[in-house]
Amino acid sequence: MLQTSSLKAFHGPIEAVHGIDISVAEGQCVTLLGPNGAGKTSTLSAITGTVRATGTIRLGGEDISRLPVEDRCRRGIAISPEGRRVFANLSVRDNLIMGGALQPDKAQLNREIEDWFTHFPVLGERHAQPAGTLSGGEQQMLAIARALLSKPRILLLDEPSLGLAPMIVAKIFEIVRDLKARGTTILLVEQNASAAIRVSDYVYVLNNGLISSHGAAANFGDGSDLMGELTGVHV
Amino acid sequence: MDYAIQQTLNALSFGAEYALIALGLAIVFSIMGLVNFAHGEVVAFGGYSMVIVSTLLTNSPWILMAGVLIACVVASVALERVAFRTVRGADLTTGLLTAFGVSIILQNLFLLLGSPRPMAATQFIFLDKTLTFGSVRVSSLQIYETLATFVAIGILMTFLRKTTLGMAMRAASLDFEMVRLCGIRANRVIAGAFAISGLLAGLACIFIMARRGSVQPHMGFDPVLVAFVACVIGGFGSLPGAVLGGFLLGIAEVVVLVLLPQSAGGMAQAAVFTMVALVLIWRPDGILSPAREKGDKI
Repeated sequence: MLQTSSLKAFHGPIEAVHGIDISVAEGQCVTLLGPNGAGKTSTLSAITGTVRATGTIRLGGEDISRLPVEDRCRRGIAISPEGRRVFANLSVRDNLIMGGALQPDKAQLNREIEDWFTHFPVLGERHAQPAGTLSGGEQQMLAIARALLSKPRILLLDEPSLGLAPMIVAKIFEIVRDLKARGTTILLVEQNASAAIRVSDYVYVLNNGLISSHGAAANFGDGSDLMGELTGVHV
Repeated sequence: MDYAIQQTLNALSFGAEYALIALGLAIVFSIMGLVNFAHGEVVAFGGYSMVIVSTLLTNSPWILMAGVLIACVVASVALERVAFRTVRGADLTTGLLTAFGVSIILQNLFLLLGSPRPMAATQFIFLDKTLTFGSVRVSSLQIYETLATFVAIGILMTFLRKTTLGMAMRAASLDFEMVRLCGIRANRVIAGAFAISGLLAGLACIFIMARRGSVQPHMGFDPVLVAFVACVIGGFGSLPGAVLGGFLLGIAEVVVLVLLPQSAGGMAQAAVFTMVALVLIWRPDGILSPAREKGDKI
């Protein structure tokens, strides 16, 4: 579904990702693991087109690496970004309408939004409230629902567990597992290694902008040694 | 009593004109961080379009009004396409200097192709009649101007709340990149903002022309400076702030003119700007400035 080859990402003059090859097959959940500053978010930004990048990115065989941000979304890449970035001044419902803005049939879009409200009742209860008033976990659900309303071929999830209480983190990973069960192709970026490995099929470990190891998720055990190895902090 | 009504109407109509132009500045600024000082030249272009249409085509005021609105929208969108798209994403000062440059170029084009002296365009003067209600005499133009401004604000609010493009504009004022990540085209959102800005300039132009009856190259610059101040008072980038700032300035101007003795008339501007300074000491970012993010990246 998605392949990158010798993908480099830049922040101004600084090269943050030094040429990586990753591949996500249809229906798979693939995780990019790594410590802070490893280049995980930069990799996702290179895929969505929001930072300067070289190398090729293929979506379903088509080279999308020269397309502007909007067209990549229209080809089927959706992101729930780091920090969630919900539109705080828009209501919950309007956030979802933004997510489905490309859908021509507005009645159909409304039905899908209602579906999400039954799926995440807490969003349904607050549909008229500004999204900025939601809690972190609720905003994360909103960001995921907003991304999925564009009917993407692949969903990029950037640190969905960041800054959330452990119980909410468990809930978010439950949502990821559920999405995967429904056949969504997911590229997940995480620092929570053990939880991420449990939901993934394949894992890439990113360190200092390069892939230091990769393999089927089963090879990484429960991931408890992995973060210690990456960060040098053994607990 | 009739004096009070007359002065209230004065304040409202001054405020309405400032609010219309300030809204045009604010909607562009909120989305792309550009202080569009060339906005005044869009207003002036509307005035020149009257001269052109009336010499070539017709003197019908209704067609001329439609012409002014269309001319201002086209001019505003064209400026974005030609001048501002190239500096999109650049530094704030780059955009500001570009806008000043465009403004100077347009004023000089008006000088060269039009005339340095005022050119008559009196077709809208008929809007300005004196109406008498009992002992109260008011100007019809002021009533039209106030009403039209409120209607325009109402339509704009509905547009921003109910349509996908309007919501995208509100969302873009917070996080433009995220709007693009939803697949909504940046060019469409920005062109939409400039079109609305142009439409508001056109509306202001109709009332300015009805009052002046003539057009000259620099006529747009002063109103835009006042509107800029209105935006600063209200909180730059806030649309309600622009409206509030516009009306506050209108009220302040009239209050000062009424209260100051005739001999101190020259001090009116100084008094208004003293009030502005006091407001800014109280609220340095403007009265309705959007709340700043203070938290970390959670």
